[in-house]
Amino acid sequence: MKIPFTYIWRSLWARRLTTALTLGGIALVAFVFAAVLMLSHGVEETLIATGSNDNAIVLRKSANSELVSQIDRDGANILKTFPEVATLPNGKPFASTEVYVIINLSKKGSNDMGNVSVRGISPEALQLRPQVTLLEGRWFTFGTQEILIGKNIAQQFQKCELGREIRFGDASWKIVGYFDGHGTAFDSEIWGDVEQMGAAFGRPVFSSATFRLTSPEAFEAAKLRIQQDPRLASMELKRERDYYEEQSKLMSGFIRILGLVVTVIFSIGAMIGAMITMYAAVANRTVEIGTMRALGFKRRSVLGAFLIESILLSLVGGAIGIALASLMSFIRISTTNFGTFSELAFGFTLAPSVIISTLLFAVLMGIAGGFLPAVRASRLSILNALRSA
Amino acid sequence: MFILKLVLKNTLRHKLRTILTILGISIAVMSFGFLRTIVTAWSAGVESSAANRMIVRHSVSFIFPLPYAYRERISRIPGVTMVSYANWFGGVYKDPADFKNFFPRVAVDAETYFEMYPEFTLPPDQLATFKQERSSCIVGEKIARELGFKIGDAIPIEGDIYPGRWDFVVRGIYKGKDASTDETQMLFHWNYLNERIKELQPGREGNVGWYILRVQNPREMPAIARTVDQEYLNSRAGTKTETEKEFQQSFVSMSSAIIRSLEVVSFIIIGIIMLVLANTIVMAARERTTEYAVLKTIGFSSWHIAGLISGESLLIAGIGGALGLGLTFPVAAGFANMFPTFFPVFNVATLTIFLAALVAAFAGVVAALFPTIRALRMTIADGLRAIG
Repeated sequence: MKIPFTYIWRSLWARRLTTALTLGGIALVAFVFAAVLMLSHGVEETLIATGSNDNAIVLRKSANSELVSQIDRDGANILKTFPEVATLPNGKPFASTEVYVIINLSKKGSNDMGNVSVRGISPEALQLRPQVTLLEGRWFTFGTQEILIGKNIAQQFQKCELGREIRFGDASWKIVGYFDGHGTAFDSEIWGDVEQMGAAFGRPVFSSATFRLTSPEAFEAAKLRIQQDPRLASMELKRERDYYEEQSKLMSGFIRILGLVVTVIFSIGAMIGAMITMYAAVANRTVEIGTMRALGFKRRSVLGAFLIESILLSLVGGAIGIALASLMSFIRISTTNFGTFSELAFGFTLAPSVIISTLLFAVLMGIAGGFLPAVRASRLSILNALRSA
Repeated sequence: MFILKLVLKNTLRHKLRTILTILGISIAVMSFGFLRTIVTAWSAGVESSAANRMIVRHSVSFIFPLPYAYRERISRIPGVTMVSYANWFGGVYKDPADFKNFFPRVAVDAETYFEMYPEFTLPPDQLATFKQERSSCIVGEKIARELGFKIGDAIPIEGDIYPGRWDFVVRGIYKGKDASTDETQMLFHWNYLNERIKELQPGREGNVGWYILRVQNPREMPAIARTVDQEYLNSRAGTKTETEKEFQQSFVSMSSAIIRSLEVVSFIIIGIIMLVLANTIVMAARERTTEYAVLKTIGFSSWHIAGLISGESLLIAGIGGALGLGLTFPVAAGFANMFPTFFPVFNVATLTIFLAALVAAFAGVVAALFPTIRALRMTIADGLRAIG
């Protein structure tokens, strides 16, 4: 026969202060656990959302980021003639050849230096990336030294007011507007005309070329065509989404490994806290346990009741932890992405998998903390337990 | 004396509970120490930077090189006693997804670099062979041990910034002068890089990543920085000159958000330590309410009771803290062994030890606060009436 759930629930309530202290410990661990996972998801989500499956990007072979990639102009021109490259209504290839560099700017408040991505784009880039919209001011005019600043950079860095001129490369650039990348990595970039940028930074070659595929399935054909063309031997084609996802690997992996190693270690502390509480609960209720056994409840039922009590405790703790962590989704962090060495803003993303992992982890803590005390409770002999009063 | 004895007796009354509490606290204190060690490891480069070195780099960002031609002019600036230069090479060694395979690969001036960095110690014969052989390299002891590089081995690197396949022959293994020296770098000839780049991509040669200056008098550093930067203010490649410490600090501050998060987590751990300890102390005090009333009845003051409670709390916190600190060292060493290239330098700092001890003591005091107040306020009659 099973011990009624009300009994379990009331036992926890009867010792409110101890229960609350134990809950607090578990909730804090669950909070950190969830926050670490949310952050690592946040990095991935930001970068995955940046790339589109309809686009493909060309880089130099074995260059893992645009920063270290170079493709020459002849190669880029050959590429634009590929049948897999979609065409715009005006007949031009739907492709943007780009220059990508990073510059140092100072952060507001702290004066810390950040590596800000500067991207020189072709006019087609705006249609290639419809997720980017104008937030304030106006688009820059191609052929001039005007730039547009991403939302995150405008918020985080000094000297980014509209109308201001900032110097980098060989020129002075006028800020004519802000753009909104809607949570993508573009929020953390500065955009200008590719030809102007190339000249100012003394770069005769492009960093990358991005084009719209005639259909997502055309990717394989385009990849094969590049491999077979000896003039393009140094190039490599990637789906835009895969490329950006790769950029998140190092950072999200780092956050996950470091965060989880630390969390798992100190969760043992909270687990022991739960164990202390459960042992005390067993000790205090020795007579009760004896009575229940005398009434005919099986050892198994007693074991179950104490285990459920401990799991309940940790589940509630886990839920509180998740609730606290969900408040973190209002916070955005802007820091250097190790994968690209440039500034990236990302948030804490509360994915369903985060909730499930955190609750599972909390339950695991409850079982680990409650098992030994529950075994002790179930092993008490009826006679001794009743006598201990 | 009597009180101390009673504290000890009380602590041993629930042996299992006391042991568990000590264990819980020691694990939490150890996590705190471990986390602090990570935070200090981040800024290890700042701590180990020399007081007499300065770095000159491109003013726009570190990805832009400076002309090799600057070398002459910079070395003539008064107060500068020596100039060396280096260039970040990057590249990919084996599987890049494995953290272990990521170590800094830097092209350096073979003639001056090891003189500029005396903390990289190298047997003279190895240095001599290295200088003579263009495609040779020197690796740090830590990566040599970790990745099994021996003298005479060839290390294949797939270039990214500088394309192509590069093979470097190990001709020496450097050791750090002390525990704070980075032993994870691979250093090779800048001349070799420059020659190959001239062939592969004409026009890209003759550039260095940054210059390292040694100055006679550290007090002259601000003036030297101004002189250098003024000199190239209107050049195509402007310079930014700073002390080695500032240079290292700028890299650390790029990840300041991550470091701050780690610090927040370390505060949360302090919270957990306090909760675990407070739980035990509250339990003990509640069970002994009647005893406290009896003690008061026979003439002990409230302050004796307060002493009893906080004495027990501090004792448990003290033992737990000491144990936790003892555990921090093997855990830090274990982590450093598991992820050798995660952080080039990973040592438990003296400050970390102090902080962890402070945290344990603080938790001991705070945990005793609530039950002490309760015991102080309690009237004898209420205490005698209480049931555990």
